[in-house]
Amino acid sequence: MTPTTRNTLLIACGLVLAAIYLFPLYWMYVTALKTSTAMFAAPPSFVPPNPQWDVFAGVWVERHMATYLKNSLIIASCSVLFIATLGSGCAYVLARYRSVWVDVGLFLVLMLQVLPASLMVTPIFVGFSQIGLLDYPRIAVIVAITAKAMPFFVVLVRATFMNVPAELEEAALVDGNSRFGAFFHIVLPLARNGILVSALLIFMQAFGEFVYSKSLIQDVELQPASVGLSTFMGPNSVDWNRIMAYASIYVTPILAAFVLLQRKIVSGLTSGALK
Amino acid sequence: MRKALSTLWDGRGFDLLLVGIPLVFLIAISGSALVYNVIMSFQEVDIFSLGTFFRPFVGLDNYIAVLTDPQAWPIFGNTLIFVLCSLGGQFLFGFFLALFFNMQFPGSTYLRGLFLVSWVMPGLVTGAIWNWLLAGDFGVINFFLESIGVIDDPIFWRSSPDFALWSVIITNIWFGTAFNMILLSVGLAAIPKDLYEAASLDGANAFRRFYTITLPMMRPTIGALLSLGLIFTLQQFDLFAAITDGGPNNSSNVAQYWAWQLSFREYDFARGATVSVLMITLVIIAAVFYVRSTRHEVRG
Repeated sequence: MTPTTRNTLLIACGLVLAAIYLFPLYWMYVTALKTSTAMFAAPPSFVPPNPQWDVFAGVWVERHMATYLKNSLIIASCSVLFIATLGSGCAYVLARYRSVWVDVGLFLVLMLQVLPASLMVTPIFVGFSQIGLLDYPRIAVIVAITAKAMPFFVVLVRATFMNVPAELEEAALVDGNSRFGAFFHIVLPLARNGILVSALLIFMQAFGEFVYSKSLIQDVELQPASVGLSTFMGPNSVDWNRIMAYASIYVTPILAAFVLLQRKIVSGLTSGALK
Repeated sequence: MRKALSTLWDGRGFDLLLVGIPLVFLIAISGSALVYNVIMSFQEVDIFSLGTFFRPFVGLDNYIAVLTDPQAWPIFGNTLIFVLCSLGGQFLFGFFLALFFNMQFPGSTYLRGLFLVSWVMPGLVTGAIWNWLLAGDFGVINFFLESIGVIDDPIFWRSSPDFALWSVIITNIWFGTAFNMILLSVGLAAIPKDLYEAASLDGANAFRRFYTITLPMMRPTIGALLSLGLIFTLQQFDLFAAITDGGPNNSSNVAQYWAWQLSFREYDFARGATVSVLMITLVIIAAVFYVRSTRHEVRG
Protein backbone atom coordinates (compact mmCIF):
# COMPACT_ATOMS: atom_id res chain seq x y z
CA MET A 1 0.00 0.00 0.00
CA THR A 2 1.52 3.31 -1.03
CA PRO A 3 1.53 6.15 1.52
CA THR A 4 -1.02 8.06 -0.59
CA THR A 5 -3.60 5.26 -0.61
CA ARG A 6 -3.02 4.76 3.09
CA ASN A 7 -3.64 8.44 3.73
CA THR A 8 -6.73 8.56 1.53
CA LEU A 9 -8.13 5.52 3.28
CA LEU A 10 -7.42 6.94 6.73
CA ILE A 11 -8.90 10.32 5.83
CA ALA A 12 -12.03 8.58 4.56
CA CYS A 13 -12.35 6.57 7.78
CA GLY A 14 -11.71 9.70 9.86
CA LEU A 15 -14.40 11.61 8.02
CA VAL A 16 -16.89 8.77 8.47
CA LEU A 17 -16.14 8.59 12.20
CA ALA A 18 -16.51 12.35 12.56
CA ALA A 19 -19.74 12.29 10.56
CA ILE A 20 -21.21 9.60 12.84
CA TYR A 21 -20.09 11.40 15.96
CA LEU A 22 -21.34 14.79 14.86
CA PHE A 23 -24.61 13.47 13.41
CA PRO A 24 -26.64 14.71 16.45
CA LEU A 25 -25.64 18.29 15.63
CA TYR A 26 -26.58 17.85 11.98
CA TRP A 27 -29.91 16.39 13.07
CA MET A 28 -30.55 19.42 15.26
CA TYR A 29 -30.17 21.82 12.32
CA VAL A 30 -32.13 19.59 9.92
CA THR A 31 -35.00 19.17 12.36
CA ALA A 32 -35.14 22.90 13.00
CA LEU A 33 -35.71 23.49 9.29
CA LYS A 34 -38.48 20.90 8.89
CA THR A 35 -42.20 21.56 8.89
CA SER A 36 -44.21 19.88 11.64
CA THR A 37 -45.41 17.24 9.17
CA ALA A 38 -41.98 16.58 7.65
CA MET A 39 -40.62 16.20 11.18
CA PHE A 40 -42.91 13.24 11.91
CA ALA A 41 -42.57 11.63 8.48
CA ALA A 42 -41.65 7.95 8.33
CA PRO A 43 -39.08 7.20 7.09
CA PRO A 44 -37.42 10.47 8.18
CA SER A 45 -35.84 12.58 5.46
CA PHE A 46 -32.21 13.51 5.98
CA VAL A 47 -32.41 16.69 3.96
CA PRO A 48 -35.34 18.96 4.83
CA PRO A 49 -37.73 18.86 1.85
CA ASN A 50 -39.04 22.36 2.31
CA PRO A 51 -36.68 24.28 4.64
CA GLN A 52 -38.43 26.71 6.93
CA TRP A 53 -35.88 29.46 7.44
CA ASP A 54 -38.27 31.76 9.25
CA VAL A 55 -38.52 29.33 12.17
CA PHE A 56 -35.48 30.97 13.77
CA ALA A 57 -36.97 34.44 13.79
CA GLY A 58 -40.28 33.03 15.02
CA VAL A 59 -38.75 31.15 17.94
CA TRP A 60 -36.47 34.08 18.76
CA VAL A 61 -39.44 36.38 19.30
CA GLU A 62 -41.92 33.92 20.72
CA ARG A 63 -39.59 32.37 23.31
CA HIS A 64 -38.10 35.75 24.34
CA MET A 65 -34.66 34.54 23.42
CA ALA A 66 -33.21 38.04 23.41
CA THR A 67 -33.80 38.29 27.17
CA TYR A 68 -32.58 34.78 27.89
CA LEU A 69 -29.41 35.16 25.84
CA LYS A 70 -28.73 38.59 27.32
CA ASN A 71 -28.89 37.04 30.79
CA SER A 72 -26.63 34.17 29.73
CA LEU A 73 -24.15 36.69 28.35
CA ILE A 74 -24.23 38.81 31.51
CA ILE A 75 -23.75 35.80 33.77
CA ALA A 76 -20.99 34.27 31.64
CA SER A 77 -19.07 37.51 31.07
CA CYS A 78 -19.15 38.62 34.69
CA SER A 79 -18.10 35.16 35.89
CA VAL A 80 -15.21 35.03 33.42
CA LEU A 81 -14.13 38.53 34.37
CA PHE A 82 -14.00 37.64 38.08
CA ILE A 83 -12.38 34.29 37.44
CA ALA A 84 -9.69 35.66 35.13
CA THR A 85 -8.88 38.59 37.43
CA LEU A 86 -8.64 36.55 40.60
CA GLY A 87 -7.47 33.28 39.09
CA SER A 88 -4.54 34.53 37.00
CA GLY A 89 -2.64 35.89 39.99
CA CYS A 90 -3.33 32.76 41.97
CA ALA A 91 -2.12 30.55 39.11
CA TYR A 92 1.00 32.67 38.74
CA VAL A 93 2.06 32.31 42.37
CA LEU A 94 1.31 28.58 42.34
CA ALA A 95 3.43 28.18 39.21
CA ARG A 96 6.30 30.42 40.29
CA TYR A 97 7.29 28.82 43.58
CA ARG A 98 7.83 25.40 44.97
CA SER A 99 7.21 24.88 48.63
CA VAL A 100 5.02 22.94 51.00
CA TRP A 101 2.59 25.86 51.08
CA VAL A 102 2.28 25.91 47.32
CA ASP A 103 1.55 22.19 47.40
CA VAL A 104 -1.12 22.79 50.03
CA GLY A 105 -2.65 25.59 47.98
CA LEU A 106 -2.64 23.46 44.86
CA PHE A 107 -4.20 20.54 46.67
CA LEU A 108 -6.91 22.84 47.96
CA VAL A 109 -7.59 24.19 44.47
CA LEU A 110 -7.77 20.69 42.99
CA MET A 111 -10.16 19.55 45.70
CA LEU A 112 -12.47 22.53 45.20
CA GLN A 113 -12.45 21.88 41.46
CA VAL A 114 -14.20 18.55 41.85
CA LEU A 115 -17.19 19.48 44.01
CA PRO A 116 -20.35 18.85 41.94
CA ALA A 117 -22.56 21.89 41.54
CA SER A 118 -25.74 19.89 42.06
CA LEU A 119 -24.50 18.85 45.51
CA MET A 120 -23.12 22.26 46.52
CA VAL A 121 -26.26 24.11 45.51
CA THR A 122 -28.21 23.06 48.64
CA PRO A 123 -25.93 24.79 51.19
CA ILE A 124 -25.29 27.66 48.77
CA PHE A 125 -29.01 28.29 48.33
CA VAL A 126 -29.73 28.20 52.07
CA GLY A 127 -26.64 30.25 52.95
CA PHE A 128 -27.22 32.86 50.24
CA SER A 129 -30.86 33.23 51.22
CA GLN A 130 -29.81 33.83 54.83
CA ILE A 131 -27.32 36.56 53.98
CA GLY A 132 -29.82 38.10 51.56
CA LEU A 133 -27.82 37.49 48.39
CA LEU A 134 -30.77 35.74 46.77
CA ASP A 135 -32.42 39.14 46.39
CA TYR A 136 -29.84 39.71 43.66
CA PRO A 137 -30.15 36.32 41.98
CA ARG A 138 -27.85 36.99 39.04
CA ILE A 139 -25.06 38.13 41.35
CA ALA A 140 -25.67 35.02 43.46
CA VAL A 141 -25.28 32.82 40.37
CA ILE A 142 -22.15 34.69 39.28
CA VAL A 143 -20.58 34.24 42.73
CA ALA A 144 -21.48 30.54 42.73
CA ILE A 145 -20.11 29.96 39.21
CA THR A 146 -16.94 31.88 40.07
CA ALA A 147 -16.31 29.66 43.06
CA LYS A 148 -17.08 26.56 41.02
CA ALA A 149 -15.05 27.30 37.89
CA MET A 150 -12.08 29.27 39.21
CA PRO A 151 -10.10 26.20 40.34
CA PHE A 152 -10.29 24.74 36.83
CA PHE A 153 -9.08 28.05 35.40
CA VAL A 154 -6.21 28.15 37.90
CA VAL A 155 -5.11 24.63 36.92
CA LEU A 156 -5.17 25.49 33.21
CA VAL A 157 -3.46 28.87 33.51
CA ARG A 158 -0.85 27.59 35.92
CA ALA A 159 0.41 25.32 33.13
CA THR A 160 0.81 28.42 30.95
CA PHE A 161 2.79 30.29 33.60
CA MET A 162 5.05 27.28 34.03
CA ASN A 163 6.15 27.83 30.43
CA VAL A 164 7.09 31.48 30.99
CA PRO A 165 10.82 31.44 31.74
CA ALA A 166 11.57 32.79 35.20
CA GLU A 167 14.78 34.33 33.79
CA LEU A 168 12.76 36.90 31.85
CA GLU A 169 11.10 38.07 35.02
CA GLU A 170 14.40 38.15 36.89
CA ALA A 171 15.94 40.20 34.11
CA ALA A 172 13.08 42.69 34.41
CA LEU A 173 13.67 42.91 38.16
CA VAL A 174 17.39 43.55 37.61
CA ASP A 175 16.46 46.32 35.18
CA GLY A 176 14.68 48.07 38.02
CA ASN A 177 11.09 46.90 37.67
CA SER A 178 9.07 46.28 40.79
CA ARG A 179 7.48 42.84 41.21
CA PHE A 180 4.23 44.50 40.30
CA GLY A 181 5.68 45.98 37.11
CA ALA A 182 7.44 42.76 36.10
CA PHE A 183 4.23 40.79 36.55
CA PHE A 184 2.05 43.17 34.56
CA HIS A 185 4.52 44.14 31.85
CA ILE A 186 6.50 40.94 31.32
CA VAL A 187 4.79 37.84 32.69
CA LEU A 188 1.14 38.59 31.90
CA PRO A 189 1.70 39.55 28.25
CA LEU A 190 3.72 36.37 27.72
CA ALA A 191 0.95 34.24 29.21
CA ARG A 192 -1.80 36.16 27.43
CA ASN A 193 -2.73 33.45 24.94
CA GLY A 194 -3.06 30.76 27.57
CA ILE A 195 -5.16 33.01 29.75
CA LEU A 196 -7.45 33.95 26.86
CA VAL A 197 -7.99 30.36 25.79
CA SER A 198 -8.74 29.23 29.32
CA ALA A 199 -11.06 32.19 29.77
CA LEU A 200 -12.87 31.17 26.59
CA LEU A 201 -13.31 27.62 27.89
CA ILE A 202 -14.70 28.95 31.16
CA PHE A 203 -16.96 31.29 29.22
CA MET A 204 -18.40 28.39 27.24
CA GLN A 205 -19.07 26.48 30.45
CA ALA A 206 -20.67 29.47 32.15
CA PHE A 207 -22.74 30.25 29.04
CA GLY A 208 -24.37 26.83 29.32
CA GLU A 209 -24.53 26.68 33.12
CA PHE A 210 -27.78 25.26 34.42
CA VAL A 211 -27.84 23.98 38.04
CA TYR A 212 -27.17 27.25 39.84
CA SER A 213 -29.29 29.34 37.48
CA LYS A 214 -32.22 26.95 37.75
CA SER A 215 -32.05 26.79 41.55
CA LEU A 216 -31.18 30.37 42.49
CA ILE A 217 -33.09 32.47 39.90
CA GLN A 218 -36.88 32.40 40.22
CA ASP A 219 -37.63 35.49 38.14
CA VAL A 220 -38.16 34.52 34.48
CA GLU A 221 -36.85 37.91 33.37
CA LEU A 222 -33.44 37.11 34.87
CA GLN A 223 -33.05 33.49 33.80
CA PRO A 224 -30.41 32.43 31.25
CA ALA A 225 -31.03 30.53 28.02
CA SER A 226 -30.31 27.11 29.55
CA VAL A 227 -33.24 27.50 31.95
CA GLY A 228 -35.32 28.86 29.08
CA LEU A 229 -34.60 25.74 27.07
CA SER A 230 -35.61 23.44 29.91
CA THR A 231 -38.87 25.39 30.32
CA PHE A 232 -39.50 25.09 26.58
CA MET A 233 -38.94 21.33 26.56
CA GLY A 234 -41.45 20.49 29.27
CA PRO A 235 -42.45 16.88 29.94
CA ASN A 236 -44.72 16.19 26.94
CA SER A 237 -43.49 18.55 24.27
CA VAL A 238 -43.87 17.58 20.63
CA ASP A 239 -42.65 20.88 19.25
CA TRP A 240 -39.31 19.40 18.29
CA ASN A 241 -38.61 21.54 15.26
CA ARG A 242 -38.97 24.70 17.31
CA ILE A 243 -37.05 23.28 20.26
CA MET A 244 -34.25 22.39 17.87
CA ALA A 245 -34.41 25.90 16.41
CA TYR A 246 -34.00 27.30 19.94
CA ALA A 247 -31.08 24.94 20.54
CA SER A 248 -29.49 25.95 17.23
CA ILE A 249 -29.66 29.65 18.02
CA TYR A 250 -28.24 29.01 21.48
CA VAL A 251 -25.39 26.75 20.45
CA THR A 252 -24.28 28.14 17.07
CA PRO A 253 -22.15 31.01 18.46
CA ILE A 254 -20.35 28.54 20.71
CA LEU A 255 -19.80 26.11 17.83
CA ALA A 256 -18.51 28.92 15.61
CA ALA A 257 -16.06 30.13 18.25
CA PHE A 258 -14.94 26.60 18.88
CA VAL A 259 -14.36 25.68 15.23
CA LEU A 260 -12.38 28.89 14.66
CA LEU A 261 -10.17 28.47 17.71
CA GLN A 262 -10.22 24.72 18.23
CA ARG A 263 -6.47 24.18 17.81
CA LYS A 264 -5.72 26.63 20.61
CA ILE A 265 -8.54 25.41 22.82
CA VAL A 266 -7.48 21.78 22.52
CA SER A 267 -3.84 22.53 23.28
CA GLY A 268 -4.78 24.79 26.19
CA LEU A 269 -6.96 22.05 27.62
CA THR A 270 -4.40 19.28 27.25
CA SER A 271 -1.53 21.24 28.74
CA GLY A 272 -3.38 21.91 31.94
CA ALA A 273 -5.80 19.14 32.71
CA LEU A 274 -3.34 16.29 32.49
CA LYS A 275 0.26 15.72 31.59
CA MET B 1 4.45 51.68 57.31
CA ARG B 2 5.76 52.63 53.89
CA LYS B 3 7.87 49.54 53.90
CA ALA B 4 4.86 47.39 54.71
CA LEU B 5 2.97 48.96 51.85
CA SER B 6 5.75 48.70 49.30
CA THR B 7 6.05 44.98 49.88
CA LEU B 8 2.60 44.73 48.33
CA TRP B 9 3.93 45.59 44.91
CA ASP B 10 7.55 44.69 45.33
CA GLY B 11 7.99 41.74 47.62
CA ARG B 12 6.52 38.81 49.40
CA GLY B 13 3.32 40.73 50.04
CA PHE B 14 2.69 40.86 46.31
CA ASP B 15 2.60 37.07 46.09
CA LEU B 16 0.51 36.74 49.21
CA LEU B 17 -1.98 39.24 47.84
CA LEU B 18 -2.24 37.47 44.48
CA VAL B 19 -2.77 34.05 45.98
CA GLY B 20 -4.56 35.19 49.13
CA ILE B 21 -7.58 36.97 47.70
CA PRO B 22 -8.72 34.09 45.47
CA LEU B 23 -8.10 31.49 48.13
CA VAL B 24 -9.99 33.48 50.74
CA PHE B 25 -12.84 33.88 48.27
CA LEU B 26 -12.88 30.17 47.46
CA ILE B 27 -12.80 29.19 51.11
CA ALA B 28 -15.48 31.74 51.97
CA ILE B 29 -17.86 30.34 49.36
CA SER B 30 -17.03 26.68 48.70
CA GLY B 31 -15.34 25.92 52.02
CA SER B 32 -18.08 27.39 54.14
CA ALA B 33 -20.73 25.77 51.94
CA LEU B 34 -19.08 22.42 52.57
CA VAL B 35 -19.08 22.96 56.33
CA TYR B 36 -22.61 24.32 56.30
CA ASN B 37 -23.73 21.28 54.32
CA VAL B 38 -22.42 18.95 57.02
CA ILE B 39 -24.06 21.03 59.75
CA MET B 40 -27.41 21.01 57.96
CA SER B 41 -27.27 17.25 57.56
CA PHE B 42 -27.47 17.00 61.36
CA GLN B 43 -30.26 19.55 61.70
CA GLU B 44 -33.95 19.72 61.13
CA VAL B 45 -34.37 22.12 58.24
CA ASP B 46 -37.69 23.01 56.72
CA ILE B 47 -39.10 25.93 54.83
CA PHE B 48 -39.89 27.74 58.11
CA SER B 49 -36.53 27.34 59.79
CA LEU B 50 -34.71 28.19 56.59
CA GLY B 51 -33.92 31.75 57.67
CA THR B 52 -32.37 31.00 61.04
CA PHE B 53 -28.99 29.53 61.91
CA PHE B 54 -30.23 28.01 65.17
CA ARG B 55 -32.16 24.99 64.13
CA PRO B 56 -32.75 21.95 66.30
CA PHE B 57 -30.07 19.30 66.02
CA VAL B 58 -31.43 15.85 65.34
CA GLY B 59 -28.32 13.72 65.47
CA LEU B 60 -28.21 11.02 62.86
CA ASP B 61 -31.95 11.16 62.09
CA ASN B 62 -31.44 12.55 58.57
CA TYR B 63 -28.93 9.86 57.73
CA ILE B 64 -31.24 7.16 59.04
CA ALA B 65 -34.15 8.67 57.10
CA VAL B 66 -32.14 8.77 53.88
CA LEU B 67 -30.66 5.29 54.19
CA THR B 68 -33.97 3.64 55.12
CA ASP B 69 -35.88 5.43 52.37
CA PRO B 70 -37.19 2.74 49.99
CA GLN B 71 -36.06 4.93 47.09
CA ALA B 72 -32.51 5.23 48.37
CA TRP B 73 -30.92 1.92 47.44
CA PRO B 74 -32.38 1.69 43.93
CA ILE B 75 -31.07 5.23 43.38
CA PHE B 76 -27.62 4.37 44.70
CA GLY B 77 -27.68 1.29 42.48
CA ASN B 78 -28.57 3.47 39.49
CA THR B 79 -25.73 5.80 40.39
CA LEU B 80 -23.31 2.88 40.33
CA ILE B 81 -24.61 1.63 36.96
CA PHE B 82 -24.54 5.13 35.56
CA VAL B 83 -20.98 5.76 36.71
CA LEU B 84 -19.54 2.41 35.64
CA CYS B 85 -21.24 2.29 32.23
CA SER B 86 -20.56 5.94 31.42
CA LEU B 87 -16.93 5.62 32.46
CA GLY B 88 -16.45 2.37 30.57
CA GLY B 89 -18.20 3.58 27.42
CA GLN B 90 -16.46 6.96 27.32
CA PHE B 91 -13.11 5.35 27.95
CA LEU B 92 -13.42 2.55 25.38
CA PHE B 93 -14.79 4.74 22.59
CA GLY B 94 -12.29 7.44 23.51
CA PHE B 95 -9.39 4.99 23.45
CA PHE B 96 -10.48 3.57 20.11
CA LEU B 97 -10.72 7.04 18.57
CA ALA B 98 -7.42 8.12 20.13
CA LEU B 99 -5.66 5.07 18.67
CA PHE B 100 -7.23 5.73 15.29
CA PHE B 101 -6.24 9.39 15.17
CA ASN B 102 -2.79 8.54 16.47
CA MET B 103 -2.07 7.02 13.02
CA GLN B 104 -0.91 10.39 11.73
CA PHE B 105 -2.59 11.38 8.47
CA PRO B 106 -3.23 14.78 6.88
CA GLY B 107 -5.88 16.63 8.84
CA SER B 108 -5.95 14.12 11.70
CA THR B 109 -5.31 16.76 14.38
CA TYR B 110 -8.01 19.02 13.02
CA LEU B 111 -10.61 16.26 12.69
CA ARG B 112 -9.81 15.00 16.17
CA GLY B 113 -10.25 18.47 17.61
CA LEU B 114 -13.71 18.78 16.05
CA PHE B 115 -14.97 15.94 18.24
CA LEU B 116 -14.57 18.15 21.27
CA VAL B 117 -17.65 20.21 20.35
CA SER B 118 -19.69 17.64 22.25
CA TRP B 119 -17.83 18.71 25.36
CA VAL B 120 -18.10 22.50 25.02
CA MET B 121 -21.82 22.56 24.20
CA PRO B 122 -24.29 23.53 26.91
CA GLY B 123 -25.47 20.34 28.62
CA LEU B 124 -29.09 21.33 28.15
CA VAL B 125 -28.62 21.55 24.38
CA THR B 126 -26.99 18.11 24.33
CA GLY B 127 -29.90 16.82 26.37
CA ALA B 128 -32.47 18.42 24.06
CA ILE B 129 -30.88 16.97 20.93
CA TRP B 130 -30.67 13.46 22.39
CA ASN B 131 -34.21 13.76 23.68
CA TRP B 132 -35.29 14.07 20.10
CA LEU B 133 -32.86 11.46 18.72
CA LEU B 134 -34.14 8.98 21.30
CA ALA B 135 -37.82 9.84 20.93
CA GLY B 136 -40.05 6.76 20.88
CA ASP B 137 -42.31 7.12 17.84
CA PHE B 138 -40.32 9.39 15.55
CA GLY B 139 -36.80 9.19 16.95
CA VAL B 140 -34.10 8.67 14.38
CA ILE B 141 -32.21 6.18 16.56
CA ASN B 142 -35.18 3.84 16.62
CA PHE B 143 -35.38 4.30 12.85
CA PHE B 144 -31.74 3.24 12.42
CA LEU B 145 -32.11 0.28 14.76
CA GLU B 146 -35.25 -0.87 12.97
CA SER B 147 -33.75 -0.53 9.52
CA ILE B 148 -30.72 -2.65 10.39
CA GLY B 149 -33.03 -5.15 12.02
CA VAL B 150 -31.87 -4.96 15.64
CA ILE B 151 -35.35 -4.21 16.96
CA ASP B 152 -38.84 -4.78 15.58
CA ASP B 153 -40.80 -2.29 17.61
CA PRO B 154 -39.67 1.18 18.64
CA ILE B 155 -38.09 1.43 22.07
CA PHE B 156 -39.56 4.13 24.26
CA TRP B 157 -36.18 5.14 25.58
CA ARG B 158 -37.16 7.93 27.90
CA SER B 159 -40.49 6.72 29.21
CA SER B 160 -39.78 3.02 29.72
CA PRO B 161 -38.37 2.19 33.17
CA ASP B 162 -36.04 -0.36 31.57
CA PHE B 163 -34.42 2.09 29.20
CA ALA B 164 -34.69 5.53 30.84
CA LEU B 165 -31.36 5.25 32.67
CA TRP B 166 -29.74 3.93 29.49
CA SER B 167 -30.88 6.89 27.46
CA VAL B 168 -28.99 9.16 29.87
CA ILE B 169 -25.98 6.84 29.87
CA ILE B 170 -25.82 6.80 26.06
CA THR B 171 -26.00 10.58 25.95
CA ASN B 172 -23.36 10.91 28.63
CA ILE B 173 -21.06 8.55 26.74
CA TRP B 174 -21.45 10.71 23.64
CA PHE B 175 -20.77 13.80 25.72
CA GLY B 176 -17.61 12.49 27.38
CA THR B 177 -15.99 10.37 24.65
CA ALA B 178 -14.30 13.35 23.01
CA PHE B 179 -12.72 14.55 26.24
CA ASN B 180 -11.38 11.05 26.93
CA MET B 181 -10.05 10.81 23.41
CA ILE B 182 -8.18 14.12 23.57
CA LEU B 183 -6.48 13.33 26.87
CA LEU B 184 -5.64 9.78 25.77
CA SER B 185 -4.18 11.18 22.56
CA VAL B 186 -1.82 13.31 24.62
CA GLY B 187 -0.68 10.20 26.47
CA LEU B 188 -0.24 8.24 23.24
CA ALA B 189 1.77 11.00 21.63
CA ALA B 190 4.17 10.97 24.58
CA ILE B 191 5.19 7.32 24.08
CA PRO B 192 8.62 7.25 22.37
CA LYS B 193 8.28 5.88 18.82
CA ASP B 194 11.54 3.92 19.00
CA LEU B 195 9.99 1.57 21.55
CA TYR B 196 7.58 0.39 18.87
CA GLU B 197 10.34 0.11 16.29
CA ALA B 198 12.46 -1.98 18.62
CA ALA B 199 9.50 -4.24 19.41
CA SER B 200 8.69 -4.70 15.71
CA LEU B 201 12.30 -5.70 15.06
CA ASP B 202 11.99 -8.23 17.84
CA GLY B 203 8.97 -9.66 16.02
CA ALA B 204 6.11 -8.42 18.25
CA ASN B 205 2.83 -8.09 16.38
CA ALA B 206 0.47 -5.12 16.75
CA PHE B 207 -1.59 -6.86 19.41
CA ARG B 208 1.47 -7.66 21.51
CA ARG B 209 2.90 -4.18 21.07
CA PHE B 210 -0.36 -2.78 22.41
CA TYR B 211 -0.27 -4.97 25.52
CA THR B 212 3.44 -4.71 26.28
CA ILE B 213 4.11 -1.07 25.31
CA THR B 214 0.98 1.05 24.89
CA LEU B 215 -0.97 -0.07 27.94
CA PRO B 216 1.92 -0.02 30.45
CA MET B 217 3.16 3.34 29.17
CA MET B 218 -0.34 4.76 29.41
CA ARG B 219 -0.92 3.66 32.97
CA PRO B 220 -0.49 7.06 34.63
CA THR B 221 -2.68 8.74 31.99
CA ILE B 222 -5.37 6.08 32.30
CA GLY B 223 -5.35 6.31 36.09
CA ALA B 224 -5.70 10.07 36.05
CA LEU B 225 -8.32 9.96 33.33
CA LEU B 226 -10.49 7.38 35.06
CA SER B 227 -10.51 9.33 38.32
CA LEU B 228 -11.22 12.54 36.40
CA GLY B 229 -13.99 10.69 34.55
CA LEU B 230 -15.47 9.51 37.83
CA ILE B 231 -15.47 13.09 39.10
CA PHE B 232 -17.12 14.39 35.91
CA THR B 233 -19.69 11.59 35.88
CA LEU B 234 -20.72 12.35 39.44
CA GLN B 235 -21.15 15.99 38.40
CA GLN B 236 -23.54 15.12 35.58
CA PHE B 237 -26.82 16.86 36.23
CA ASP B 238 -27.95 18.67 33.09
CA LEU B 239 -28.62 15.50 31.11
CA PHE B 240 -30.91 14.13 33.81
CA ALA B 241 -32.76 17.43 33.97
CA ALA B 242 -33.11 17.54 30.19
CA ILE B 243 -33.87 13.93 29.33
CA THR B 244 -35.71 11.94 32.01
CA ASP B 245 -36.01 14.15 35.09
CA GLY B 246 -35.05 11.03 37.06
CA GLY B 247 -38.24 9.27 36.05
CA PRO B 248 -40.30 7.34 35.35
CA ASN B 249 -40.80 6.57 39.01
CA ASN B 250 -37.12 7.17 39.89
CA SER B 251 -35.98 4.41 37.51
CA SER B 252 -33.36 6.72 36.05
CA ASN B 253 -32.63 8.74 39.16
CA VAL B 254 -29.10 9.04 40.51
CA ALA B 255 -27.83 10.38 43.82
CA GLN B 256 -26.62 13.78 42.61
CA TYR B 257 -29.98 14.46 40.96
CA TRP B 258 -31.93 13.08 43.91
CA ALA B 259 -30.08 15.40 46.29
CA TRP B 260 -31.19 18.35 44.20
CA GLN B 261 -34.78 17.07 43.96
CA LEU B 262 -34.99 16.62 47.73
CA SER B 263 -33.93 20.21 48.28
CA PHE B 264 -35.61 22.03 45.43
CA ARG B 265 -38.69 19.95 44.67
CA GLU B 266 -39.60 18.65 48.12
CA TYR B 267 -37.96 21.54 50.01
CA ASP B 268 -36.45 18.99 52.36
CA PHE B 269 -33.09 20.73 52.62
CA ALA B 270 -31.86 18.56 55.48
CA ARG B 271 -32.19 15.36 53.52
CA GLY B 272 -30.85 17.06 50.39
CA ALA B 273 -27.81 18.10 52.41
CA THR B 274 -27.45 14.58 53.80
CA VAL B 275 -27.34 12.96 50.36
CA SER B 276 -24.92 15.70 49.28
CA VAL B 277 -22.58 14.97 52.18
CA LEU B 278 -22.54 11.28 51.33
CA MET B 279 -21.81 11.92 47.67
CA ILE B 280 -19.24 14.67 48.27
CA THR B 281 -17.31 12.24 50.46
CA LEU B 282 -17.20 9.86 47.52
CA VAL B 283 -16.11 12.60 45.12
CA ILE B 284 -13.32 13.71 47.44
CA ILE B 285 -12.00 10.15 47.67
CA ALA B 286 -11.94 10.03 43.86
CA ALA B 287 -10.21 13.40 43.82
CA VAL B 288 -7.46 12.16 46.11
CA PHE B 289 -6.79 9.36 43.63
CA TYR B 290 -6.75 11.89 40.81
CA VAL B 291 -4.27 14.14 42.60
CA ARG B 292 -2.09 11.15 43.42
CA SER B 293 -1.97 10.00 39.81
CA THR B 294 -1.04 13.46 38.56
CA ARG B 295 1.31 14.13 41.45
CA HIS B 296 4.42 14.29 39.29
CA GLU B 297 2.79 17.09 37.32
CA VAL B 298 1.45 18.85 40.38
CA ARG B 299 4.90 19.09 41.92
CA GLY B 300 6.18 20.54 38.68
